Formats: sequence, structure tokens, C-alpha cells
Amino acid sequence: MPLTPEEVRHNARLARVGLSDDEVARFQSQLSLILDYFQRLQEVDTENVPPTAHTLAMHNVMRDDEPHPSIDKEEVLANAPQREGDHFRVRAILE
Amino acid sequence: MDPLHYLAAHEAADLLARREVSSVELTRAAFDRVRALDDSLHAFLTLTEEEALAQAEAADERIARGDAGPLTGIPVAIKDVLCTKGVRTTCGSRILESFIPPYDAFAVQRLKEAGCVMLGKANMDEFAMGSSGENSAFGPTLNPWDKERVPGGSSSGSAAAVSAGMAFYALGSDTGGSIRQPASHSGIVGLKPTYGRVSRYGLIAFGSSLDQIGPLTRSVRDAALVFQAVAGHDERDSTSATLDVPTVTEALAPDLKGMRIGVPKEYFVEGMDEQVRQTVRAAIDQMAGLGAEIDWEVSLPSTDHALAVYYIIAPSEASANLARYDGVKYGYSYNEGASMWENMEKTREFGFGDEVKRRIMLGTYALSAGYYDAYYLKAQKVRTLIRREFDAAFQDHDVLVAPVSPTTAFRLGEKTDDPLQMYLSDVFTIPVNIAGLPGISIPCGFSRGDNGSRLPIGLQIIAKPFDEPSLFRAAYAYEQANDWHKQHPEL
Repeated sequence: MPLTPEEVRHNARLARVGLSDDEVARFQSQLSLILDYFQRLQEVDTENVPPTAHTLAMHNVMRDDEPHPSIDKEEVLANAPQREGDHFRVRAILE
Repeated sequence: MDPLHYLAAHEAADLLARREVSSVELTRAAFDRVRALDDSLHAFLTLTEEEALAQAEAADERIARGDAGPLTGIPVAIKDVLCTKGVRTTCGSRILESFIPPYDAFAVQRLKEAGCVMLGKANMDEFAMGSSGENSAFGPTLNPWDKERVPGGSSSGSAAAVSAGMAFYALGSDTGGSIRQPASHSGIVGLKPTYGRVSRYGLIAFGSSLDQIGPLTRSVRDAALVFQAVAGHDERDSTSATLDVPTVTEALAPDLKGMRIGVPKEYFVEGMDEQVRQTVRAAIDQMAGLGAEIDWEVSLPSTDHALAVYYIIAPSEASANLARYDGVKYGYSYNEGASMWENMEKTREFGFGDEVKRRIMLGTYALSAGYYDAYYLKAQKVRTLIRREFDAAFQDHDVLVAPVSPTTAFRLGEKTDDPLQMYLSDVFTIPVNIAGLPGISIPCGFSRGDNGSRLPIGLQIIAKPFDEPSLFRAAYAYEQANDWHKQHPEL
């Protein structure tokens, strides 16, 4: 089932990716084809098959809770697009 | 003997140890080669010549002190997906065009401790998403064997730099074939270690349950040496395995006596290049001549579903991993909008290229309410089936062998308008990542392109988790019985 332009835009909004009208049209057809290809998985019998999230037999790896220094604040902030004092500066998030 | 720039890393190390050449000389030779070739090949995004020469001088001092390891003083290219302290790391993306990491990736740190000489950062598909190198925001890398063709991807620059003799070896990353496929298309060796073998700390994340770091080299022995240098436990990666790293160089032997090799029939499909099929089959026959028992009847029936599983799981993980590029903490930032949300959306609109957006959209869709069970959960269940089939095959076989890719290197632009065709180029490498297995690509011959160029073909060897020794044994015996790895592009 092909995606509608509205579905493409909704999905882009969920992902917080702006798209031009041109991109919406292109992604609509390309993503529809790819999603169609995914339908082949519905043929596979996965009754009673557990999902695999990753391939290692490890769970909840813990390390000792010991304080140690982290990366220097100045080094971290050096890549900030906009900085104010020791903070990252962003637009107001509350209206 | 090969000219200096085409020596294998271990051969260069022998010359260094005998003091017949210095690391500074190797480094200068590498940069001369880069200056002569890279304006057209475009394997590098950033060169670090000054730092490299300082590292070379330090390496020469270490060698003089008798304190050298096998990689001390050998020039290397680092895929730009790996963080390098103080050196710009773009991941092939506009969004990280001016990002300077405050730390080194674990694998880079290990190479520095080994005394490496870093030539620079290698070109790649943006965020390692691609099979040709054409998705780099900074322009494609060309294949040294035929400049009308791609070198494969996503480790495009790493592969071209090693193939063309600009670097003695390179680090790459492999999420669905991004080391093995470009190694195959560029006529070199490429290793994807077992998932968990090499720490992902400082590897810019794409598909976290699939990503692994590994070497691209001009010989199997070099791949073994680099593997030993970068593998091992790191507490900063919670999926880093705590197992001891085997000394795989001890597994390098000239024959395959007693080795049980399986050939999965699903890897010889209709529509694949006939020259690839015949060349790979001839390589397997030759392995029988070296003493291996070949079973041509292995079946991995879910192979046909692996591509769909991968293109659900990898984009899903990517959509979460790439949420961090919001224009706030680092990287490109659009600030002309009326609101914080508009700025974020425009940052990502202008900062990401087409393929990255496509995969973020795919992943977002597969994880969204109402579709999660049908796509993501279903893919994870089929992932279990794929793993089980490999487990069963390894009950009776030490390694599996197969082609790396259904074709040789394709032309620039040939697949850029058809994402699904591009994805199919990884159909034989993807199952290995899905199952977390180690896999290696080694040169096994050439085909003739329609314009008369010689195009390399790769043989893929796959082993069970953490059995890199069997992988290296099979790869080395085949390599030594041939001279494919001694053949280099005419440049």
C-alpha cells in the first residue's frame, strides 16, 4: 500500500526532519517501494520465535559506581553552535 | 619486490626493524602518493601531515630503542566515522562538517599506543549509509581499478586509499558489509570482527546492534595484526566482549588439512554476475586442493529475508541514534527559524543528505505506533531464525565461504536513483551482521569490465562467533596459494 504525502509529512514530523515538497514526492514513491519489499517478511512463520535485539549473551552490564572525572567542560562546549556562559544556548522551548 | 607504497604493512615493518627505511620515509612516500593521486580518487577528507610526521619521528625513536610493535611507524588511514581527538571528524556529513571530537575512539587510541602514523581521515558514505561511497556529502571516491566505477562503500575512502597504495592499511566500520564489500570491489582484504570484539567507543553510531570496526589491508597477515591491536574489552562499550583475544597470527598456516568448509547454496543466486559465480567457485575448488573438505549442500533458507530484516533493524536503530543531531550541542545549526522546533527541523533538513533522511524516515515508520509489531518486532524474530540457521551450519562446518557481493564494482550513478537496487549490493554481507558473526573478504580473481578494465572479485569467509582463528586460517592458506593480493591497479 503506497504511502500518502500526508503520511510522509507526519513521519518527517515525528523524526523532526524538514522536507521540501520535492523530497516529499520522491520519498513517497521510494519509501513505498521499500515498505512493499518488507512485506515478504509476513510470509515467515515466527510463531513462538523470540526476538533478537543483539547477538551477545549479555544483559545489563554494570560497572563499579566509582566517581571519576569526565571530559573537561571547555572541551565539550568548544563544539557548541551557540553558547552562553557554561550553557548551550537554544531558542525558548516554552511559548 | 613491490615499490615502497605497495608493500604490505608487515613487509614495511620488517624494513623498519632492519633499519632499511624509516617511518618518516614511509610517511613522506605515503603523502607523495596522496598528492599524486588523491585529487582524482578523493579517498581522504582531511589530511594530518604535520601530526603524521611527528608521529613518524616518535615511531623512529621507538624503533631505535627496540620498543617497537608490529604496527609501529606504519601509516594508516582512519575512516571518518571514528572520533579522533582534535582532528575534524565529519562522518561524511554536512551536519558534522566542523565537528572536532574531544576524545579518541578506543580503536584509534589502541593504534596510537601501538605507534601508528595517522595520515588522515578517509571519505565515506554519510553516516556509513551506502554501498558505493556516493552518499558522501563531500563527493564520491573513485575506484583505483577503474575511475568510472565506485570503490564500494561505505568505507569507500579506506578501501581506495589502501588499494591505491596511499595508506598501508586503514580502519573501517561494517554495519551491513561496509568493510567487506568495498574491500572486494577494490581488490584488498577487509575484516569484520565478531560483534563485541572491538569496542564501539568513539565510533559514530549507525546501527548499534550491528556496527563493528575492522581493518582494510593488502594482506591477510596485516588484517590479523591490526585485529590483534584493536580487539579486546573496553568498559566504555557495554557490548564489548570480555573474552581474551586469540593470537590469530598463530593460526596462519599454508594448508587447510581437515578444515570443514560449507558453501551455502542461497549465496549463488540467479541474476548474479556469471564471472563472480565462476571465480568464487574456482576459489572454493582450490581450497579443496589445499586439503579442505567442501560441502556444497549447506542451506541457509532465511537468507532471502535478511535484506528486509536489515533494512528494518538498521534504519530503526539509526533513527534513534541520529536523534542526537539537533543543532544544539555540536555540528551544523540552523538558527534563523521562528521557534526551537523549526530550527531543529531545518538543521536536519539542511544537514542530512538524501539517504540519511530516507533511513531516518524508514526507521521512524518501523518504530511508530501501529507499525512496530509488523515491522520492527517481526524483523527481530526473523533475525533469530537467521542466527539459528547459522548456528546449525556451524555444527558441522568450521567456516562458510561465499561471494562478497553479487557483482563487481558498478559505475558511478548506476544505482543512485534506485535505493533498493543499491541495497541489493549488500545481500551477501548483511546476514553476517544480523547474526553477529566474523567475516572476511579476500581477493580471489578479476573479471573484465565492458570497457576492458580489470575488476577485482572478493571471496567471503564466515566463521562462528569469536572464531576469528578459523577465519584467518582459511583466508591465509588461500591467499598464499595465489598472488591476487600482490596485484595492484595501474595508476
